[in-house]
Amino acid sequence: MSTALTGPSSSKASRVIGLLALASTAILLLVGLVLSPPEVDQADSVRLMYIHVPSAIASLYLAFGVTFIGSVIYLRTQSTFWDLMAHAGAEIGVMFCAFVLLTGMLWGRPTWGVYWQWDPRLTSTVISFVLYLGYLAVRKMDLDPAVRSRRAAILGIISFANLIIVRYSVQWWRSLHQGNTVGRDTQMDGLILFSFFWGILTFTLIFTWLLIHRFRLAWYEHQAGATSLDDAIAARRAERTPPLAGEAL
Amino acid sequence: MHWQYVIPGYVIVFGGLAGYIWTLLARIRAVAEQVPEEKRAFLD
Amino acid sequence: MSDRTVISDARLVLRKDLRIERASKVVISQVVPFAIMTLVLFGFGISPDARVVLGEGASRSVQAQVAPGLIFIAILLSALLALSRSFGVESADGTLDGLRLAGLDPAGIFLGKAGAVLVQLLSVGVVVTSGAFLFFSVQVDWTIARAVLLVTTLGAATAGIAAAGTIYSALAAGLRVRDTLVPLLVVPVLAPVLLGAGQAADAALFGATVDGWPWVGALAVFALLYGWVGIISFDSLLEDA
Repeated sequence: MSTALTGPSSSKASRVIGLLALASTAILLLVGLVLSPPEVDQADSVRLMYIHVPSAIASLYLAFGVTFIGSVIYLRTQSTFWDLMAHAGAEIGVMFCAFVLLTGMLWGRPTWGVYWQWDPRLTSTVISFVLYLGYLAVRKMDLDPAVRSRRAAILGIISFANLIIVRYSVQWWRSLHQGNTVGRDTQMDGLILFSFFWGILTFTLIFTWLLIHRFRLAWYEHQAGATSLDDAIAARRAERTPPLAGEAL
Repeated sequence: MHWQYVIPGYVIVFGGLAGYIWTLLARIRAVAEQVPEEKRAFLD
Repeated sequence: MSDRTVISDARLVLRKDLRIERASKVVISQVVPFAIMTLVLFGFGISPDARVVLGEGASRSVQAQVAPGLIFIAILLSALLALSRSFGVESADGTLDGLRLAGLDPAGIFLGKAGAVLVQLLSVGVVVTSGAFLFFSVQVDWTIARAVLLVTTLGAATAGIAAAGTIYSALAAGLRVRDTLVPLLVVPVLAPVLLGAGQAADAALFGATVDGWPWVGALAVFALLYGWVGIISFDSLLEDA
């Protein structure tokens, strides 16, 4: 696989995705904040849904999914591409996860009357957030790169399993105490539904752009590490050159 | 109604994204300087 | 390698760790007192005078009401110390490499280390549970069913904590930041265990025991799952540790 670079941080493909993401964001802001009507029960706070749910999809499904898939493939094939992808996915996922928590709390205040409710989704998201902070901490470990990548890959796989265990255990725990907190079955106006799906589209585009660029950063870091090693080896060889040249003569 | 919660939410998300993208591009440029041109393209 | 070598290797490592403990008495003389102290601290945090109304004029102190959860928080905090100790004795002299060089099966090393942590945590658990009854004046209408549920909960929860904790400690083995990294990794992973054990113990002490058994089942599944993950992954985790 190769990418044609037009500068240090962009290629043709990523530029197109970037422009699409920007245009899509502008439309989301216009439709989500201006054109779409307030909802019957939730009034204008429904507008938080257009960024909260897409952030959750980008984080928990797309980003952490990339980390899981990357980890599995890395363990099987030792592929540098998937190792770096797994790392890129986790970092972006943690950021979107923070967005999920913050917008969730802001949405909770008008809906529940409090910022934090022990809602199953919110509770399991905060635990997932810390899980992947741990993954990023392991990626920073001061170890031989191959050892670190292998340990991170194992962690990337069990973290995804944990994501599911945490999600279901919290859901089970809360289901004993209360029913659904938010009635999600109410009839949705056409523009509200459109904004919602447009939000998902927009965040998928943003996620893709971010993943490409975060991967590129990881690739450069990988290459810079390899390059400095090459330089060091070349320097050591240069030190050895004179006696060798003398021997040859 | 409830705009006082909607606006901070949008500011956090899009402000956060802008900040992350800004630092990401700065990080890419900084590390790219250490990588020779011919080694930048991804080949696996 | 055959299953028999795995089990005999596990028994060797288990005996080694328990012998170290018998000689050094770190868990008995440091971790157990720490666990008791956390109970005292919970007592400071939760007013002894606060009461929960149960209806029909009955009430219970808040301390007793939350005791099932506190027991497992105290066990979890002690587990972090016990794990740190368990891998501290290995990394100091590079003995983890030594164990592998001696030809021990990695799965056996995992089972042995996790088993030793489990034995130590069970003794911490017994002390903490008795301490909680004492300090928080927990009054229970004891039946055999309740006692069995409580003991099984304790066993299943500590098994899960020991298995998952051992995997994550190995993941951070050989690092200077190990002691701060392991809690960050392990606590969110063990959140479901705390949740399940708290619910099961609550059912054992105050509720209907039938409500507790599904949670014990979940705890057992968690422990088996992590036991299995440890057995298959310890090989690559220990490599070049």
